[in-house]
Formats: sequence, structure tokens, C-alpha cells
Amino acid sequence: MSLIILKPGLLTTIQDLGRFGYQKFGVIASGAMDAFALRVANLLVGNEETDAGLEITIAGPEISFASASLIAICGGDLSPTLNGRPVPLWRTVYAPQGSRLKFGPPKQGCRAYLAVGGGVDVPLEMNSRSTYLRAGIGGFRGRALQTGDCVPLGDASSRSLNLMEMMAYEADPETGAVSRWSVTPGMLPPYSPNPTVRVLEGEERDAFDEESLSRFFSEPYTVMPQSDRMGYRLSGSELRLKAKKEMISSAVTYGTIQVPPDGQPIVLMADRQTTGGYPKIAQVISADLPVLAQVNLGGKVRFRSVSLVEAQNQYLLRERAIRTLREGLNRLQASRKGR
Amino acid sequence: MGNVAGHSAGSEPGAAEIVPLGDSAIVVRLGESIHPDTHRRVRQLADYLERYPFDGMIEYVPAFTTVTIYYDGWSLVNAHSEDGAGTKEPTPYDLAVSLVKRILLEMDDASAEPARIVDIPVCYGGEWGPDLETVAAYHGLTPEEVIEIHTSADYLVYMLGFAPGFAYLGGLSPRIATPRRQTPRLSIPAGTVGIAGDQTGVYPIDTPGGWQLIGRTPLPLFLPERMPPTLMKAGDIVRFHPISRSEFERWEERGR
Repeated sequence: MSLIILKPGLLTTIQDLGRFGYQKFGVIASGAMDAFALRVANLLVGNEETDAGLEITIAGPEISFASASLIAICGGDLSPTLNGRPVPLWRTVYAPQGSRLKFGPPKQGCRAYLAVGGGVDVPLEMNSRSTYLRAGIGGFRGRALQTGDCVPLGDASSRSLNLMEMMAYEADPETGAVSRWSVTPGMLPPYSPNPTVRVLEGEERDAFDEESLSRFFSEPYTVMPQSDRMGYRLSGSELRLKAKKEMISSAVTYGTIQVPPDGQPIVLMADRQTTGGYPKIAQVISADLPVLAQVNLGGKVRFRSVSLVEAQNQYLLRERAIRTLREGLNRLQASRKGR
Repeated sequence: MGNVAGHSAGSEPGAAEIVPLGDSAIVVRLGESIHPDTHRRVRQLADYLERYPFDGMIEYVPAFTTVTIYYDGWSLVNAHSEDGAGTKEPTPYDLAVSLVKRILLEMDDASAEPARIVDIPVCYGGEWGPDLETVAAYHGLTPEEVIEIHTSADYLVYMLGFAPGFAYLGGLSPRIATPRRQTPRLSIPAGTVGIAGDQTGVYPIDTPGGWQLIGRTPLPLFLPERMPPTLMKAGDIVRFHPISRSEFERWEERGR
């Protein structure tokens, strides 16, 4: 059971939800940039949310399936086609043996997540399968996928096998099948090429002058070309401190917006360092990280301040929705088993 | 927000300030400056959390003056809602703060692990320490004196960060503190020992950098297949000792 990489695309890496418990040793967390999309893709194929999948960036790969597989593609719409037919996102898809998955131009967002029944089964390193490119660990030999790679898949769960049986029953043996069920649009994050992202005030918010703060919370900031999985470098009105501030390094996290001396903010993303020493003006709320993860280079982002209570409510709503989806899919496959 | 026992964060024992880092982490600040006393309290809390992680805690990251605790809000709400902070529906943050306040009252020196001594052999100067002469000249010392000063101190590992296994060490003698290079090097090999300002450290992985390079250790600092995956841990005492080029090569062979 494996995926064969015919073309690697721009940057295709194996990611799960991240490498946790090792940040105290300076080991970065990594993991999917849009964790919501990977979790949902996993659920749609009967996997655990924590299973590994492929993170596909802007220009997608070409993949051949060595055996019949259950797949789901979530997150950014990079115009995927399976055996020449468009694949709708946020659905379960049955790919017959020998199927070809290709991608076209990005239509919305910039990162697609491919989950396959059984999950990508590379060895766990420090309790995660996520690729940490700079240290060359995790994922597929610590690197992005290349032409000719044969990516191993794990054994599908009984949930996954039940779903696959249901789909195979109705599938065209040549082209496959797409599920009637899909994720309700109301559950999806408000993806946008130029979104307004909700933030909490950062710990050093008060160290910035009033004009900088009012600009930060009203004007758009552009995602610069040097942005990557480590951080989004933004360009916009310069952010100034009231007075030079001596900072002592401490932990930073996904979504921390820090301001180096040049006054241009950087949003720390999935491959952020574990600690940082620049003043933190704001922190993107968890519920909006998927939205930010899908903003492409050149996108314009605005920031709106919300309370911690509001941020945690949004987080809990999202978690509840994911659990509802999981229960719905469980009932669906259990009904199959009962027949 | 959340001053334990009404103290402001400062030097009094028991003082701690708790603030959120986003909606999934809290920062416990145990002092205002880089100091061994603050570090001792950071160790107490970190070692306590290592031994008694609470339900819903994902991990903790100790730094110079803070311990940041990452939590899973969903698990916290489901595991601990009954011991909420008196409010009707406590938020994950409220729950994390009340759990940590309790820990702050319980922790003491007995919670902290005794410091380990980590000996790091270094081959100073030559091609592996191209800036040893520069550092010596900057202070009007001989290279031998720089080595003597660098190897005669006990360094405290305050925290790890920047790269896997990179230790922020305290205790560099001001007699050899040297500003960074004007032009950073594009690649510095793993194991290189350097000085930057009043800091000394060892590069765990190949990386660009502007440090003054004075030598290299044959020991690997990042060991992904081991637990712990790093040579140094926060709280360790580090000592450097000089080795010759041939000793360096023997170390390297033994490591293979």
C-alpha cells in the first residue's frame, strides 16, 4: 500500500498535527499549517485526526495510487483532478487501483491536504511524522517529496474499510466515486485571499505607540515573498515602540505576531522557533489560523482585536463541530456494518 | 492578571504573574531579570510539571524568567470544569490559571531535579576556531589565556531555544565577552563553539550566524533518536575542557 510520486509539485511534505513535548529542547512543533483541513480530511477517510497526510503547496504534485484507496482533499482549492475528473473538496473520494491524482492552478487558498485511508506511515520521530526540513527529521527522510518517492501507507481502520466498501459498491471501476456526504459549508473557516483575522492583544501591546496600534488594527498588511512555513513576513505601516524595550527571550507560538526593529511585523507559523525575543503586538486566535495558513503571497491581511473569552468560545465551537462531524461519519459507517 | 497571593512579580518568594499567550497557552513569569534565583524557580515549576502534568497540559517551555504552558482547552473544559474559578462556565484559560496557581503553592526546591554537570570537550583555535585570535586580540590576551578563561567557568543552562539543543548559557567572563562579527557567516558547522556579546554557546546544527568562533566539540548536541534528544538540558551546569586535534578525532571515531 503506497502512493507513488510522479511529480513532486512545489513543496509537498508529510505533516501530522505536530511534534509536541519537545519544544523545551528547542525542537520546533511543525505540523500542518491548516490543521483544521488535515483533521477533517483524516475524518472523511476514517482515519484518526492525528494521522499524517500530505501538505501540498500552491503547485500540486502528480500521484499514482498503487492500490484502491479512500482519499479526501481539504483546505485550499488547487484544482485537483482524479483520473481526469475534477475532485470536489471536503468529500470522501474512492480512487480505484492505478488512479492518477493531479493538481492545476490554485483557485482558492494555497495549501491542500491529502488524507488517504490508513494514513501516511513513515516512522515516528520524536512522536510525530511531521517533516522538519531544516533539521532533516520526520516525514519522508526529513525532506520534501521528490519524483519517484514511494510513500508508505498504514493499515486502514475498520471505519475506513467500511466507508471504502460503501463507496466501492457504487464506484465506476475506471474513474472512482465521490461521496454524497460532505462537510457543511457553515463549518468551514471563512477562507479568503484577503481576510480579516481575529487577534488577541500581545503581551507587549502597550509598548507600541498609539499611532502604530491604530494603524495595525485598521490597515491591511501584505504577505511578502520571503514568507514560508516558519513565518509570514508582512509589509505595511511601520510599527514603532514608544521607547526601546529590553526583551528577555521566552516561548512563542503559532500565530504570535512579533515586531523586529525594522517595524514590519512577522506572524510565526507552523515551523516557528520555540522561543523569541521581539515584542509581541498580537496573537492570532486559534480558530483563525487556518484562514491565515491559506493566504497566499501578496495577500492582504487585516487584524481585528477580540477578547480572550471570545477567542476561546470560537475555539470550543470549532472543536465541537469537528466532534459532530466525527460522530456523523461514525454513524454512517456503522449503518453499513449493520446491513 | 492572576498575581498569586497578591504579590506583584518581583523578587519575593511566591510571586508569579500569569498572562495568556494566545488562547492555548499561559505564561507564568517568575522574575523580571536573568538571574540564578529566578532560574531556580523556573526549574521548580518545570520539574513539577514534568513529574505531575495536569490533564489537558500539552507541554511546557521553560525560558529565562518564564515557564510557558501549552494546554488543550477542550480537554481542560471536559476534565476540570467542576473545579472552576467560581464562575459559572470557566474558560479554558480560567481553568489553566487555577490549576497553575495551585501548583505554584505546592512546588518547592524538592520538586527541582539536582543539576547535572555536563563536560564538553573542545578543540580550540585552528580551522575550527578561526576567530580565537580575533577574540584574544580584542582583549589584549593570548589565545591560551582566552582558552584558560573559557574553560575555567561553570556555565548555567538557562534555557534551550533558537535551534534543537541550542543552550543559552550564563556565566561567560566579561574578560572574553566579544561583539558579534560585522558580517555573519553563511554556514557554521554543528558543534562549533562561539562567543557573541556576553554569551557563549555551541551550534547544534549547521546554521548561518555571526558569532565569533573559537573552537569545536566532537559531541553531538542534538540526538533525535534519544530521550532527552539533546546533550544539554535547562538547569545543567556546563564545563568546557580543551582537547587536542588528535583527541578530537578519537572522540569522533568513538561516536560513530
